This record gives sequence, structure tokens and C-alpha cells, in this order.
Amino acid sequence: MYGRKVKFRFLFVLLILLTLFLSVFLILKSLEENVVYFQSPSEIKILSEIENKKIRVGGMVKINSIAMQAKEVKFIITDFKNEINVIYSGVVPNLFTEGKGVVAEGYLKDKNFFLATKILAKHDENYMPPEVKAALKEE
Amino acid sequence: MASLIGYYSLIFGFCFSFLIIFFSIKNFRDSNFFDSKLISLSFLQFFFVTISFLGLIISFVNSDFSNETVFNHSHTTKPLFYKISGTWGNHEGSLLLWLLVLTLFIFLFLLRSKNQTKQYRILTLLFQQIIIIGFFIFVIKTSSPFNFIFPIPNEGLGLNPILQDPALAIHPPILYLGYVGSSIIFSSTLAATSLNYISREWAHHIKQWVLISWVFLTIGILLGSIWAYYELGWGGFWFWDPVENVSLMPWLALTTLFHCILVLEKRLILTSWVVVLSIATFTLSMCGTFLVRSGILNSVHTFANDPERGLFILIFLFCLIFLSIFIFFFFHKVKTKNINSIFWFSKDASILINNWFMMYFLSVILIGTTYPIFLEVITSQKISVGPPFYNKLIVPFLIPFLLIMTIGPKLKWIKSDLKDKSYLILSLIFSLIFSILIIKNLNTSFLANTILITSAFYLFFSTLREFFKKRLLNLSQNIAHFGFSLLILSILFNNIFSTEIITNMKIGETFENKNFKINFVRVEKKDEQNFKSIIGKFNIENSNGNIEILRPELRIYNQPNIMTSEADIKTNLLNDQFMTMNLVQNQDYFNIRYQIKPFMVWIWLSVLLITFGALITLFRSKYEN
Repeated sequence: MYGRKVKFRFLFVLLILLTLFLSVFLILKSLEENVVYFQSPSEIKILSEIENKKIRVGGMVKINSIAMQAKEVKFIITDFKNEINVIYSGVVPNLFTEGKGVVAEGYLKDKNFFLATKILAKHDENYMPPEVKAALKEE
Repeated sequence: MASLIGYYSLIFGFCFSFLIIFFSIKNFRDSNFFDSKLISLSFLQFFFVTISFLGLIISFVNSDFSNETVFNHSHTTKPLFYKISGTWGNHEGSLLLWLLVLTLFIFLFLLRSKNQTKQYRILTLLFQQIIIIGFFIFVIKTSSPFNFIFPIPNEGLGLNPILQDPALAIHPPILYLGYVGSSIIFSSTLAATSLNYISREWAHHIKQWVLISWVFLTIGILLGSIWAYYELGWGGFWFWDPVENVSLMPWLALTTLFHCILVLEKRLILTSWVVVLSIATFTLSMCGTFLVRSGILNSVHTFANDPERGLFILIFLFCLIFLSIFIFFFFHKVKTKNINSIFWFSKDASILINNWFMMYFLSVILIGTTYPIFLEVITSQKISVGPPFYNKLIVPFLIPFLLIMTIGPKLKWIKSDLKDKSYLILSLIFSLIFSILIIKNLNTSFLANTILITSAFYLFFSTLREFFKKRLLNLSQNIAHFGFSLLILSILFNNIFSTEIITNMKIGETFENKNFKINFVRVEKKDEQNFKSIIGKFNIENSNGNIEILRPELRIYNQPNIMTSEADIKTNLLNDQFMTMNLVQNQDYFNIRYQIKPFMVWIWLSVLLITFGALITLFRSKYEN
């Protein structure tokens, strides 16, 4: 009924659509699993339950809060309203300093303790997480 | 003074755009021959932009702080080399560099396209002028590098110290040559589409330009990657950071485009696909500039968060996309008599299939990079997409990709058969056994790694075999593909065999585990031109009793007052020993990271090998001309 060319075209378009659907499905599915949410200490305080999922916490390193030991670094992240204790063992970036912005990635132990697996290096000395900037403006 | 000259010659250059447009339209209508005046005008435009750029460099060298850009990004104590590289180490200067390369490329294009038709050359020039005008307005209106400040400050603010590095000094110009090189591909494809000029000869002619920008883009990315490896102290070569992804996307599009053009040159099929890819490559380069420059992505490249700039690029980008879509739909005619259906078992088909995979990789990266941005705009939720996302979606598909990359080049164009292909199966079995032997003694996930390494070895051995053939048909392709297999293998082994120790130590302490003993001997202090340096000395004893001394360094720059870690890396052919140290304010503990990264140097070498393959093709096609 249809010519060979039409059949070929039809197959081709079908194949394109199929791969398109497959890739979109795959991408969305792994996005769901691998996305890391960013939260401020205040947002953590109002969480109803603590999930065992990787998150990022951002804020300022509280002045005089860094305590270094052989195995780990302890410090406090604050957004000037609420704060959270962080325990971390790993590489500390150059711009990790008291009174400057920081983003830590890891898992929540409870609402006051955060086990960080990574501290993110920011390249700019004046960097401040947007939430902190907003919090500072309100004051 | 230099800034003033720079500013006025920039304006002059802008005026030349209109002259060029006027004369090209006149030439297009009235004459049958290409008016060589246009070449001179293009040269003059390039000349004025160069003067303007030199003016900026001189202002930087002389530390002329009446210039705002110089004030913001330079300092008198900075070494001369970094004063010069500071010219493009900032938003304004780097856009001027974009403009410089844009005008340079169109001038070179006009010189090198003498045997093309008049209409095609003029139209390419016109399209390129549209881009150039857009960038002129952008530079002059929103980000002029020649703004004055008064009163004149005595001292500048300095350049971000992590940019004060030889690799990063040349990384932007080279990357830009690649990015902006794709503008020529874009303009000439649009010109060829509107004139219905796409032919095998055109494919041959545009192939050179694709290769040139591909080579620069690759080397630019490589330099950035090497820099991130030793300067940021992240201890790797690729982090799926948004700014990295943004450069990888045009690279993928360009690589796909190159392979398509090979098919087009041979068979005159896939014309629409070539047009789409050329448009996509330049659009992605522009998108990259937009994302990186507008401050949407937070990174070392984000110099200024001026919303007006981001908006301008966005509008300009939409105009260009709209223009190209318009031309594509209304002018593009598929030459119906040349449609040949593609046989599934042929070189063309395998290139097409791998194109598909490349497009898949591209869309994964595109979505992973832009999804967080859209989500934040829509729901104001902040998320990040990390390496697991990309690894999970890309790595499994590398297996069929590598298999097809091995088999494809062995097939014939148009139609191939199964005769004499038994060696393909034999070498697959051989690679499988080889990888099982390597993997079985390791406690990594056996199945996934074996399959992956098998397919990489498959490509490796089959390209290696080609080198020993008497008559090598396609040396450049073989070198490039061999380089790619080497790259994948080095990355895989690098991932599997890397070891890392992170600990905090005081001076004089010793860290010990079953494989290593690290002794922090002492620190030395030194004063350099614009920084103070603290150099640590570490003795590392491995389980065989070999002692290695590593000296990582901390630099405290005077202006701006920033501390950076300089890794100490001991490289040999088998592995890199990598060590960084860091000091946290008011603490006696140093944060130490010690890594052994196998085959690190092979990652860089294999990329160079791939580039070398491309260069051979480039010179060969020049020679044939």
C-alpha cells in the first residue's frame, strides 16, 4: 500500500521519537534521584522530618567557631537567625574562613548536627550565599 | 592616553561595520565580481579593534588606574606577564577579545575563500557583520573597558590570585578562538543555506573552519582542565561544574558537526542535519558566554553580576536563533534527487548512530546544567546537579558508543558486507579476556567495569592494529580515535586505582596507615613579588620503603588578600603524586591532601593525540587545495 520510502521514513521518525522519550525519561528519573537541595539553617529548623538524603547547607562560618582536630573540623554555619553545627573531615578550601560564606554538602544527623562530606570552594573572596545576603538585608 | 586611543578606535571599528554592510549590499546587487575593497575594509575593522585591544593592554602594563577596568583588575606589584593576561581576565577585556577574534576570523575567511562564489562570500560577510555589530553594541554600551574614574586612585584592586597562572593566562584566548571560530561556521552555513549553495565542495571548504575551531576549543578546554587540576586542588580533571559543561556542549556539537561534514563531503546527504548542527554549535557557544558572563552560574568566570549585560546577550541570542530558524525553514531546500536511503550496515549509518549518542550526551549535559537555573526561577528552590547524575546517564552509553566507533571506520561508505570482518569479533574476544584479567584482582564492581573496559580496549586494539598495516588508509582518523580510546582507558583506570588521604596535621607530626607514612617535616617562608609563600616539606614513605619528598605551597597574596594552595605534583608515566596543604585561620593544624592518581599524564597526552589527528586532517586538506 505504502511505498518503501514512506515506510522507511515512518520507521525513522518512530525511532527518533522512541529515543527521545527514552532519554527524557532517563534524565528526569536520575534528576529525581541525584539532585541536591540547598537549605539555610533557618529552613532546617522548620523541617518536619529529617530525611537521609544529601543536602547542601549554606551560610556564614560563625566567628570563633572553627575547631580543628587531627581527624575532623568542627564549625558552625549561621544565617544570623539560626545556626547549625557541622562536623567535617576532608579537604578544606582556601577561602574557608570565619566570618565568610560557606556551602557544605552532606547529611543531616538531626536539626542541630550536620555531617558534611564536602565543603565547596568558592573562588571569590566576596562571595556570600544569596540566602545570607537576603538575611543580612532584612536586619 | 592609551585608553582614549583604544576607545576611539573601537568606535571607528564600529563605524566600519556600516561601511562594510553598505558596500557589500551594493556589491551584491551591482557587480558580478567580488569587490576587493571589502577585504580591505574588513582588514581595517580588524586593525582598529586590534589598536583598541593594544590600547587596553598598554593601559594594563602602565597600570593606568584612571581606567576603571585596570583599576578593578590590576595592581602595580603584579608581575608583567599577569598584567598583560589581566587584560582578558575580566569581563570587559574578554569581550573586547571576542570582538577581536570575530573580526580576525572574517578577514581570514575572506582571504581564504577566493575560489568560492561572490554571493556566498558577501552573504557570509553580512551575517558575520550582524554578529560583530551585536558585540560592538554590547561592548560599547554595557561593558566598555575604557571607562574613566575620577579622582584617579593610586592603587588597583588586583587580579584574583587563582587567575595568576600561566595556563590560565593563555586559556581564554585559545578557548575564544574556538568559540568564536564557530561564528564563521554559523555565518557561512546561513549564507550557503540561503543561496542553496550546500554541496560537496562547500563541505570540503567549511571542513577546514570546523577543524580550526575544534582544535582551539579542545586545547582551550584542556588548558582549563589542567589548571583546575593543579590550582583548585580538587584533585581531578573534570568536575561536571556548570562552567565546564558549558564549554563541553559546543565541543560535542562541533565534534558531531565535523563527522557529519565528512558524510556530506562524501555523499551529499544529511544536509539539514549539518545546518542544524552549525547553528547549534554557535548558539551553544553564545549560551555559554551568556551563562558564564551573566552571573547566573557562580564561578571564577563570573566577573560581574550586571543584569543588563545578561539581558542583552539573551536578547541578542534570541535574535540570532530566530534569524537562523527563519533562514532554515524558508530557504533550506533538500535536494530531492540526492536522497539515498542509508543502508544500516555502512560507515554513514554508524556515523549517524554515534551522532545520535552525541546528541544524547549533549542533552544530558544541557538539562543537567540548565535545570537548576530554571527551577530556581520558577520555584525559587535551590538545587545542584552533581557528578553522579552525569556519570549514571553518560557512562553506560559509552559502551555502545565505543563499539560503534570501533566498527564504523572499518565499514565502507554506502553499503558494506560481512566479508573479512571476522577479525572484529576476534579482537572483541581478545579485549574481553584482557579486561577480565585486569579487573578480576580488584574489588570493584566487576561486571560494569569489565564491559566498559572491554569496549574501550576494543577500540584501542583495533586502532592499534591499523597502525601496523602496510597501507594505512586514514592516518589522522586512526590517530584521533586511538587517542580517544586512550583517553577513556586512562580515565577509567584513574577512577578505579586512585587513592587519597585527607588529614589534618601539625608541623612535626606523622600520619600512618597500612600503605603510607607521611611525615610533616617543616615549613619554610619566602617573600615573593606580590605574595608571601609558605612551603611545607613532607616525607612520604610507602610500603616498599621508598621515600618521596613533596613540597606543597601556600601563597598569601597582598592584593587582594587571598590565600591559594599550590599543589606539588610529582608526575611520571604511571602515576601522579599530588599533594596540597591548606591552613585555616587561627589554627595550628594544616589540612593535608595526598593523592596518587594513576595515568594522569595520559589523560592530557591522549587529548593532545586527538588534537594531533585533527591537525593532520587540517594540513592534509590544505595541501590538497
